[in-house]
Amino acid sequence: MTIAFPRPDERVLARRKEIVEGLGRLVASEALIVSEDERRAFETDGLTSYRQIPLAVVLPSTTEEVSAILRFCHANGVKVVPRGAGTSLCGGAIPQADAIVLGVAKMNRVLDVSFEGRTARVQSGITNLGISQAVAHEGFFYAPDPSSQLACTIAGNIAMNSGGAHCLKYGVTTNNLLGVTMVLLDGTVVEIGGEHLDAPGYDLLGLVCGSEGQLGVVTEAVVRILRAAEGARPALFGFERAEDAGACVAAIIGAGIIPVALEYMDKPAIQICEAFAHAGYPLDVEAMLIVEVEGSDAEIDDMLRRIVAIAEPFKPKTMKVSQSEAESAAIWKGRKSAFGATGRVADYICMDGTIPTGQLPYVLNRIDEIVKSYGLGVANVFHAGDGNLHPLVMFNTNVPGEMEKAEKAGEDILKLCVEVGGCLTGEHGVGIEKRDLMTHQFNAADLEQQMRVRGVFDPQWLLNPAKVFPLEGRFAA
Amino acid sequence: MTTHTPRDEQDASIIIREAAATGTLLNVSGNGTKAPMGRPNQTDASISSSAMAGITLYEPAELVISARSGTPVLEVMRVLAAKGQELPFEPMDYRSLLGTRGDPTIGAIAAMNISGPRRIMAGAARDSLIGVRFVNGRGEVVKSGGRVMKNVTGLDLVKLLAGSWGTLGFLTEVTFKVLPKQERMATLVIRGLDDRQGIEALSMALGSPFDVTGAAHVPDRDRRGGSTLIRLEGFRVSVDYRMNELKRLLKRFRFMDLLEGVGAEALWQSVRDATLLTDQGNRAVWRVSTAPMKGPDLVAQVARSLDAQWFYDWGGGLLWISTPIDGDSGASVMREATRAFGGHATLVRAPAEIRSTLDVFEPQPEALMTLTRGIKASLDPAGILNPGRMYAGI
Repeated sequence: MTIAFPRPDERVLARRKEIVEGLGRLVASEALIVSEDERRAFETDGLTSYRQIPLAVVLPSTTEEVSAILRFCHANGVKVVPRGAGTSLCGGAIPQADAIVLGVAKMNRVLDVSFEGRTARVQSGITNLGISQAVAHEGFFYAPDPSSQLACTIAGNIAMNSGGAHCLKYGVTTNNLLGVTMVLLDGTVVEIGGEHLDAPGYDLLGLVCGSEGQLGVVTEAVVRILRAAEGARPALFGFERAEDAGACVAAIIGAGIIPVALEYMDKPAIQICEAFAHAGYPLDVEAMLIVEVEGSDAEIDDMLRRIVAIAEPFKPKTMKVSQSEAESAAIWKGRKSAFGATGRVADYICMDGTIPTGQLPYVLNRIDEIVKSYGLGVANVFHAGDGNLHPLVMFNTNVPGEMEKAEKAGEDILKLCVEVGGCLTGEHGVGIEKRDLMTHQFNAADLEQQMRVRGVFDPQWLLNPAKVFPLEGRFAA
Repeated sequence: MTTHTPRDEQDASIIIREAAATGTLLNVSGNGTKAPMGRPNQTDASISSSAMAGITLYEPAELVISARSGTPVLEVMRVLAAKGQELPFEPMDYRSLLGTRGDPTIGAIAAMNISGPRRIMAGAARDSLIGVRFVNGRGEVVKSGGRVMKNVTGLDLVKLLAGSWGTLGFLTEVTFKVLPKQERMATLVIRGLDDRQGIEALSMALGSPFDVTGAAHVPDRDRRGGSTLIRLEGFRVSVDYRMNELKRLLKRFRFMDLLEGVGAEALWQSVRDATLLTDQGNRAVWRVSTAPMKGPDLVAQVARSLDAQWFYDWGGGLLWISTPIDGDSGASVMREATRAFGGHATLVRAPAEIRSTLDVFEPQPEALMTLTRGIKASLDPAGILNPGRMYAGI
């Protein structure tokens, strides 16, 4: 446990009973969770090595209730940790002892769909996949597809500006969000954007997206829905050297082809995922690419022919085009379960830095050296088209000191990403996990400007305050 | 009036720091080709990016380009084209509409979030903008984003600066994600549809799996039905196949032609630059963004009160409307229409004396204006950068 939480405010802890009573007047009793046992269910998120039991948990059902809760917390100086499904990998939804958790999961309805206008208005607690399921009967889908899409909410996706395997073509959350209904800390309800494109004035929508629950609580969202392609088919390419896989990626893009997904896995990741998903991954290669293209059968054949021709000079040891829906599903199951499958063989922490793709071979070698220097192992899966890495640093919790070593290795890897021109996090967010590394990517002026903007929305640091910004050097706007 | 033309970021920082200390109001610009847009404002001096030009990074295999803010857009496009790439969002060139000359800068594309017809498919300028460096109103050099396309580290000030019209910071360097230029472009033209049918056809095309990259409807002046334009771009094999499928999908609309080559390019350029409206003499021009299916009703309401001419882009969601410049140039009618149907209207072209007396941008609810004022103060506490260009007091 190397990441510090701020010291809880004793005055707030002492007023717990009064705060709970106050909240009880705002929502129905079943929407307020008070007992320690039940609160414990909310003590962590996807970053399970850190946990804190919150003061109380409220699960409102309407925007009005959210407004009343925030107004109450604002007036009473109570911190608020917003929560979707609690799948954050960076500790974005981990509570604090002196904070309430405000969960939006009960607000999970689709409010309106326009297939002609290609938009859907949903409550923010709906799952990512829930949106796609609600529009699938007309052949539409919601594009960003984080691996946690079965569970994660659109509220959390907006807070983290989530990506996914297919964002090379379709973009991330911010590119697919048209509007939000958001409650500000003082209870004011604002509508930003709507069913039209490009909201007027400052791009508040763009600012809110990825703000990690620090500017307000989003209760409704208008998202862009898209008609799905006629078909999609992945192909696997196995290489003997990581460099060859990297060069193949550059050659595909250099030839003017943007596959809908372009995923990389190294040998340990291939073996772990194959053992779990039986996807037919080649086990005798150092690096594997999953390249997926979309369109009609003829278009897919044409595109894959081009890609195979581009790949050939890099001497792939295996080239395999999916021959059926079932095979495609297995290929993606393997990739999308990389985190879960790794969790079956080891404890791990998942890093999320992005690098310029030209730096790939160098960075992969350095990651290997870094992890080995701590006596640990690593499996690499990542979005090769956009350089978003997910090194899974593996360790054993039961061996004293290993987790700390893994955290140190992770830190070194993220610093490396910044050094080569990339960033600390490509799609998971900063949360508590990378909070103290922010000074490696940003200088004082950069961070102060971000905090000044944050201060416009929450000058008292009540909204998800333990996250994103280093605890040192904070100031009220 | 002094015109500052800093040569680099440090220069710009010194100039702005000094201006903040003395309360000198600065007009923020590139080469001024869009000077007749926005609210006319009174400033004491100006700061221009015109001496800060040059591409600072271009990695075709990484689909990324960075340039100093004063770099001409055409220069960026030329360098990209040499490697078979382009700016995905097809930025509009305002010079014809505004009657200005000079080289539009890449910084202004970011600062004004300028997009074109492909916005419907590829996103706006702000969606491709992945990094900025700028000098805020304190004279501090600030960076946000970077050169990688997936980056969620910290608050996204990139988006905030995009479309802020120089009121939050003086951009010094911008980084865009780029895409390969497509091998083939073809446009399906359906003739004889009225507005509602035209938008319906566009909606069917955009709701198809064929990745339509342009969707415009141009009514006929004599109201005998217009031209409905549907553009596909991609590999040759793909465009051929998709065009056939699209024709089949839209077969109930008869009178279809296929347009390709320079003629088609010129047509989309006139959609992009709104020059389909400019031969109408001395009229005001409005740009309205609304939900695509509401476009025809919105414009019909406007046309009941005003002598309006118009065409649609973005599948019906973007309306270019020209109105007579008498009175308020149609402002009250336009605002009433956006209130009724949703969306927002910007007065793009009108004489300065008109733009100085009314809201050029859609007025925002008070809660959003409060946030807007707060954000302005957080970046430019002395209020010296392009004051009043977007909203009074901002």
